[in-house]
Amino acid sequence: MTGPFVLCRLAGVDYFPKSINSRPVSHRPGVGYDFVMKFGILVFPGTWSDRDCGHALETLGQEIEYVWHADTDVDRFDALVVPGGFSYGDYLRAGAIARFSPVMESVSKFAVDGRGVIGICNGFQILCEAGLLPGALMRNDHLEFRCTWTDLRVENDRTMFSHTARSRDLLRVPISHGEGSYQADEDTISELEENERVVFRYSGPAGEVTPEWNPNGSVNNIAGIINKTGNVLGMMPHPERACDPLIGGEDGAAIFRAMFTEMSALG
Amino acid sequence: MFVATVRVTLKPTVNDPQGLTIARALATLGFDSVDSVRAGKFIEITLDESDRVVAEKQVNEMCEKLLANPVIERYNFDLNPA
Repeated sequence: MTGPFVLCRLAGVDYFPKSINSRPVSHRPGVGYDFVMKFGILVFPGTWSDRDCGHALETLGQEIEYVWHADTDVDRFDALVVPGGFSYGDYLRAGAIARFSPVMESVSKFAVDGRGVIGICNGFQILCEAGLLPGALMRNDHLEFRCTWTDLRVENDRTMFSHTARSRDLLRVPISHGEGSYQADEDTISELEENERVVFRYSGPAGEVTPEWNPNGSVNNIAGIINKTGNVLGMMPHPERACDPLIGGEDGAAIFRAMFTEMSALG
Repeated sequence: MFVATVRVTLKPTVNDPQGLTIARALATLGFDSVDSVRAGKFIEITLDESDRVVAEKQVNEMCEKLLANPVIERYNFDLNPA
């Protein structure tokens, strides 16, 4: 396997555009070096956050390419993004039809190879339906579609998606969904908790993880989880919509940045 | 030809916010006898298949693979000649 960090070149300041977004958003400044990775961004009929993800990653100095759901070759990528939207109109269940798209078999192989896959919103729902992540996303408990900023408490800062932050850090990232209530059976939940596979939890502005700050009824305020091997992340909030101060914040960039920043310098 | 009528419902242990909301609405309308409501999906499938056993097997597979999510849902179906 050619790992992403082998392929990538060390990025000096010259590789990055000198925009405000190019400065590290890291909550753990000075960790590792940034590399340029090639991200494949999946596009299903009904996906709508693909361009936002592409824009955010390009602004962060990364190479991107959009991958139509009928394509099956994803080997050329270092990491994959399954973006948000309403793939196949959310018919039957969110993500239920997309998971049988031709590209998904390749995504499973990609994940089994240990390469990074991030599923955002509808992408999280698709990864759950595909069995790459446990549990299911159900209708929000209040039945409303919620589009609002949330505070995410970092629960595990030793993953390839969160090592630029520190545990208990708060990342301000918006949600935009009607079916984001994370549910799983008791055994699955305790397995997730015991093995620190809950990466992000919805919290209050002071880090309170309470029902009051739970925007959708998710068990234990769960906002994002990783798979057993730690290379597949699913999260309902949209980090790509929090990568530019112009639209309200750039904490989301810490999550993407973690994917292309070397982990070896972790203290 | 057979027609399969498939019902997909949430497992009894899974919270059903839609059902709860419908129950509240019914109570507001004065239907005091409503104890609980569970909402689900109804799917009708016409099959071009003459063998009942084969048709039943196929519908089962459809439910397992696509129509129901075993994590949160369960299903049952009737099979009648079209």
